[in-house]
Amino acid sequence: MKELTYRQAVIEALSEEMERDPRVFCLGEDLADGGISGRYEGLASRFGPKRIIDTPISETFIAGGAVGAAARGLRPVCELRIADFMLVAMDEIVNQIAKLRFMSGGQCRLPIVIRSVYGIWGSMAAQHSQSLEALFFQIPGLKVIDPSNPADAKGMLKAAIRDDNPVLMLERKALSEKKGPVPDGDFVVPIGRASIPMEGEDVTIVSYSFGISLALEAAGRLAHRKISAEIIDLRSLTPLDYGAVRQSVKKTGRLVVASEGVRKGGVGAEIAADIAEQAFRHLKAPIVRLGAPFVPVPFSPKLEKLICLSADDIEKAALKTMGPDLI
Amino acid sequence: MAYSNEFLLSLYTKMIRIRKFEETILELEKSGQFFGLYHLYIGEEAVAAGVCANLRNDDFITSTHRGHGHCIAKGADVKKMMAELFARQTGYCKGLGGSMHIADFSVGMLGANGIVGGGYNIAAGSALASWITGGKQVSVCFFGDGASNRGTFHEALNMAALYKLPLVYVCENNEYAASTATAKSTCITRISERAKAYGIPGMTVDGNNVLEVYEAAGYLVDRARRGEGPALLECLTYRHFGHVRGDAQRYRDQQEVEERKKNDPLVSFRTMVLENNLVSEEQLANEEKEAADEIINAVSEARLAPEPEDCQLFENLYVYEEGEGAVQ
Repeated sequence: MKELTYRQAVIEALSEEMERDPRVFCLGEDLADGGISGRYEGLASRFGPKRIIDTPISETFIAGGAVGAAARGLRPVCELRIADFMLVAMDEIVNQIAKLRFMSGGQCRLPIVIRSVYGIWGSMAAQHSQSLEALFFQIPGLKVIDPSNPADAKGMLKAAIRDDNPVLMLERKALSEKKGPVPDGDFVVPIGRASIPMEGEDVTIVSYSFGISLALEAAGRLAHRKISAEIIDLRSLTPLDYGAVRQSVKKTGRLVVASEGVRKGGVGAEIAADIAEQAFRHLKAPIVRLGAPFVPVPFSPKLEKLICLSADDIEKAALKTMGPDLI
Repeated sequence: MAYSNEFLLSLYTKMIRIRKFEETILELEKSGQFFGLYHLYIGEEAVAAGVCANLRNDDFITSTHRGHGHCIAKGADVKKMMAELFARQTGYCKGLGGSMHIADFSVGMLGANGIVGGGYNIAAGSALASWITGGKQVSVCFFGDGASNRGTFHEALNMAALYKLPLVYVCENNEYAASTATAKSTCITRISERAKAYGIPGMTVDGNNVLEVYEAAGYLVDRARRGEGPALLECLTYRHFGHVRGDAQRYRDQQEVEERKKNDPLVSFRTMVLENNLVSEEQLANEEKEAADEIINAVSEARLAPEPEDCQLFENLYVYEEGEGAVQ
């Protein structure tokens, strides 16, 4: 076990998988130079220009080219930089990557990984700050993962590269330099299973990605008030581990769903609806669903803070499920 | 250039199969037996046949919404194609794709595409695979004059030229993007001129003359295979029927259509080989009969084949692990 940042853990995963399988290569902008924020640091000199392939600013080529290369038996890792830029390649991701296997009656496998960083991080404004996971988890044919810590980032990226399906790996900007223990050796985390970073009895807090850091902070404060929170880290949004959430809610009877994306129609809405359908009788209080208001991300630090999910929000939501007099 | 009797006949075989396939669809459509969208290739057969005659089985193509001709020319099985149009289990896509998504990966046909301009990058990615692995396979991307105005054209051609990918872009200029005439949508008269912007060769040929297409494509495919980079080949042709089923074609005169139909690639090829005694009337008639019989059989078999089972809806959405249920 060693301490690595999220970014280092990801580079380690890439480098181990490229070493393990000569079919794996990376495709994207500025990769030879280490990628933005050093996301591919050291890989170009180690693997050369035919494994770390620099492209012009051509997102439709990066994603569409991956289809052709994958259909030929290679295993591309596409760097789409910032989630907002993924929208430029929406046809390639949604109409081509997600559908070619299905449309062709299963004739091909498309082992494509798309990596993209996302989320609010220091006044980058409306076109560099979006949390778009809900757009993509609506698309059949894609898998969508959003790891919350360095160990999962490494283990899930390795699983994604080995997966014969297209996997979109979302990486929250705020987590990039966050450190955490990462197991040594060939550490692979299966895609599609939630984890329980904290067990508890009174209220279930479901979140993912940076939301888990906030949930852990909130749970610490709740513990001081003798409220025991159970945290579910979804980790993977497709497949979504409905079972883990249902099981926890059956135990606690209370549910807070916290997501940084727009609340309307988001991941939280899906979880809340599922619990309302499948575990209604176990609920002791109405579900509380946290998410961003229906507005683009503003530049002003003051207004940006206003729409950010916080540990405070999660703490208050949990208290609300425990009884109105606690808030 | 002198061509063998066998080679000339092989070109005709492809063209006549495409023609009969499409004519059969027209007949089925008239009798109300078809559903969904399909786009007929009648009038453009010389392009697919001439280009694909240069390709090996392990070369790759990407196609368009108007893809039946490309499939047949690359060696796809008309029975599986017809079964797909009937939405049968025995179809290429097991009834999940239909006309606009027919693919045959075993012959390097990476798929028709319902998105205009969707093939440029897929073909470039296939060519990139050759570049990465050092393989000699060439990739060909068919597209239309309308698609040449998509932004993906620029991203793919720039990347392909930058890395000298083994790739030929083949524009089938049939003069109409759905209902919009090329002159109303495109600011140059020759789409091949756009090659200059990428520093690659651009050529325009008579797309109704299969030998002219064959020779030009042959030059560009060989060049790509030698590692000299991509090229843009524009083939001037004409779509004899509407853009899609139910197209009333108010955008062009019937007189124009009749006039242009006189330059039918199959008729002119037939006349040329007969006048020069290169192929006999009997040989051509044989090919015509064989193609017609093959398509009739394909229809009969498709009619009898089973529709997909309900469980097949999810079967090929993902590659599942053993014991894994449907992904949700």
